[in-house]
Amino acid sequence: MTETIAVEARNAIKAFGQGDVAVRALDDVSVQIRKGEFFTLLGPSGCGKTTLLRLIAGFETPTSGSILLDGKDITSDPPNRRPVNTVFQSYALFPHLTVAQNVSFGLQMQGRPKAEVTATTDRMLALVRLEAMAGRKTSQLSGGQQQRVALARALAPQPKVLLLDEPLSALDLKLRKEMQTELKRLQTETGITFIFVTHDQEEALTMSDRIGVMSAGKILQIGGPRDIYTRPANRFVASFIGETNFLPGTLRDGRVILASGGSIEVAATLRNAGNVTVAVRPEQVRIVPATEPDALPATITDLVYFGTDTHCHMALADGSEVVARLQSSVSGEAGLERGGRVGLRFAPGAAQVLGE
Amino acid sequence: MASKGFDATSLPGFTAIAAIAFIALYAPIITLVGYSFNGANSISSWGGFSFRWYEAAWANATVQEATIRSLVIAASASLIATTAATMAALGTTRRGSFGGQTFIYVMINQPLMVPEIVTAVALLIVFASVKVATGYTGLGYLILAHAAFCIPFAYLPIRARLEGMDLSLETAAADLYANPWQTFRHVTLPLVLPGIIAGAMLAFVISLDDVVITEFVKSAGQDTLPTYMLGQLRRGVTPEVNAISTVLLGLTVLLLTVFFLLTRKRD
Amino acid sequence: MSMSAGEEAAKRRRVRDGWLLSAPALLLLTLAAAGPLLVVLVYSFLTPGQYGGVVWEFSTDAWVGILFTRDIFTETMQLADAHLAIFWRSVRLSLLTTLITFAVGFPTAWFIATRPPKARALWLFLITIPFWTNLLIRTFAINEVIRNEGILNSVLMAAGIIATPIQILYTDTAVLIGMAYVYLPLMVLPLFAAIDRFDMRLLEAGYDLYANRWQVLRRIVLPIVKPGIVAGSILVFVPSLGAYVTPRVLGGGKQMMIGNFIELQFGQGRNWPLGASLSMLLLLIVLAALLVYVRAAGKGGAHGQ
Repeated sequence: MTETIAVEARNAIKAFGQGDVAVRALDDVSVQIRKGEFFTLLGPSGCGKTTLLRLIAGFETPTSGSILLDGKDITSDPPNRRPVNTVFQSYALFPHLTVAQNVSFGLQMQGRPKAEVTATTDRMLALVRLEAMAGRKTSQLSGGQQQRVALARALAPQPKVLLLDEPLSALDLKLRKEMQTELKRLQTETGITFIFVTHDQEEALTMSDRIGVMSAGKILQIGGPRDIYTRPANRFVASFIGETNFLPGTLRDGRVILASGGSIEVAATLRNAGNVTVAVRPEQVRIVPATEPDALPATITDLVYFGTDTHCHMALADGSEVVARLQSSVSGEAGLERGGRVGLRFAPGAAQVLGE
Repeated sequence: MASKGFDATSLPGFTAIAAIAFIALYAPIITLVGYSFNGANSISSWGGFSFRWYEAAWANATVQEATIRSLVIAASASLIATTAATMAALGTTRRGSFGGQTFIYVMINQPLMVPEIVTAVALLIVFASVKVATGYTGLGYLILAHAAFCIPFAYLPIRARLEGMDLSLETAAADLYANPWQTFRHVTLPLVLPGIIAGAMLAFVISLDDVVITEFVKSAGQDTLPTYMLGQLRRGVTPEVNAISTVLLGLTVLLLTVFFLLTRKRD
Repeated sequence: MSMSAGEEAAKRRRVRDGWLLSAPALLLLTLAAAGPLLVVLVYSFLTPGQYGGVVWEFSTDAWVGILFTRDIFTETMQLADAHLAIFWRSVRLSLLTTLITFAVGFPTAWFIATRPPKARALWLFLITIPFWTNLLIRTFAINEVIRNEGILNSVLMAAGIIATPIQILYTDTAVLIGMAYVYLPLMVLPLFAAIDRFDMRLLEAGYDLYANRWQVLRRIVLPIVKPGIVAGSILVFVPSLGAYVTPRVLGGGKQMMIGNFIELQFGQGRNWPLGASLSMLLLLIVLAALLVYVRAAGKGGAHGQ
């Protein structure tokens, strides 16, 4: 099984500063990233995702713990001896070199034969569709083109792992969407393991095979996009990815008795754990007539129109807020109006019980 | 005026004073340059346009020697100063702060803070003893003294260039298998080179211009162009001195223009 | 928390490389700049040799001698009037130079800073040329203008304003004109840097709130560009105080300033310790001025931005 692991961090700790002011940017992180997968580290800024990336690249030395590549300990190898390349957030393109010179830089440093350098450079430029720009200075390129040069440059030496540090953050929305597709295509075509760092949940969900959600120096959950979205392990993951309604309650015999009155059926495997929180995605909330049996009674406090859908804000009996996302209809949401009394139901299996 | 509207940035009389300032700055220099082409024997009358004083200066063996000496000192001193300053700039920027860094800054900038006459006197005292003790009275003292006070002038543009440089470029080079020497050779050096050339040129100009320290450090018969010109002053300013000044002035303007073009290319 | 061995080694290497790379520059500066200053300090506490140089005997005479002279007949100490006159001239001329360069330099810097960007670069370049031009050459140039047969007198006489040339050269006025001329760019450049950072929209805000041009200048511009004013003043005052070439050329050896007086001690005066103590005094004054600058700049920076 180990031969399928490309990169592994074992109990990696990285502290900045010393003594009392020391901050743990990474707090005992262990993770295995499989060969050929598109793995995303997702988290808010300062969560340690970039630090983990820099440890893998070799720009930082862990305070303790180790980094393994193909099962070999590379913790103390300098970056220029690691078969790992990085696409930098700022691209870090060499301003004094042309596009082609940038792309061939790594190959030249490795001392590859001239013919191979030229051939690989051409192939890489073709891969990112920049053949026509080969002789340009990088400052003459647009943001999206610079991004592609950075990709080609990092891919040219055929690294075992490609690290991408928020590479799309400087692009505008439309270009970002294009590059997401492009990145996914490159990853499939080259078969190289990608480790992608981002704070954008949508980016993570659309591109990744697996996602590691990070907060405060720890990895909170690792899983596929659907897993992470539908089965968040805790409140942080649930609130960081997508929008979620949190309802406090008590777990008893496969049901959660809500603080607002009423109860929801949840997976029977859960043991009685006293006070819990139930997370329900807004799109899983159904609005039914107040008269329907077993529906949670609620009062509409606001209706917000978003174009494709409409958010219906409601207050439960104890005042806690629930949002439902409804597909907008052309003629408006029939029967819903501010102050109206309605009933709530959750789609089967949609309610997720969170450990705090 | 009404058509121009209200200009918030204009203040009364400022433009007039600025005009006077620029005229006052350039009128004397233009006068000096003008007199250097004066064909008359004395400086009190105008005898038509002529290159005779340039020819006289060119034929003057003392001027020739002083010129060569000035150039030798300026070239050696700026080479030494720029090398030392480049290394120091690499050592003091972009590696995080470390204890003693302030000390290094103060040391490097010290020649900018201490009045020239004080440094001149200090070097006179020390080198006088060294000259007696070793018997060596060559140009080495002048080159050493010039190299020292040129260091901050070479250091500042190089440091500015280094600090303006994206740190991730070197990280990227290391990521792309360049060892530290290759990183320096293929990434850092080409990017800092304009700063180094600018620093070297400033150091050259500063060394070429120096009067005070040279005057105190030189041994007998070691006049540079500026000290030669200062010495000539006892006989009043001669048109020959004007001619030499004009040439030096031209050289300064040339170097400065190149310097500006180099530093502007940055963006 | 302590650092790992790897981190600590990396940090040690970084610091070591920093020192190693700085070593050649530090060595040069120690040999030919900082080190000799210490020797001057030592010399200021020695006894003068008969033909220049020093005798290695401790003495504070050189420091006392800055202000007092020993009357050779009565052996009593008297205030050294000649010395005081030189100090007073140095300080007075330096202050006046600072004032004149500010009065001319501020409008000039303002003018440059309010030009459109392209023209601004050109005007700035025009200030920079005199800045980098040999000080001696600039002093010669001003000498050409103010000497008896120079342009100024010729023009005035031709215009019939004066009958005989005015003697300007070799007076305090000549030294003052010369210093103001050679140090003007030193005032303009930091003032320009400060004004360039000044947010011109504040002027409109000032006018909007009923200030007139003078009030805007006095209440808004000057307080905000104060760090630049302090920097320019120090940059002019410090070299003025230690001026050597300008008073020598334009003062003709009679209108001495501290710099020339120091030189005298190493030449005809043959009193190296006195020259050393005067040098140290000059250095102390300059350092004090720099300290004022650092403080003012620090304060200005704190609430100026």
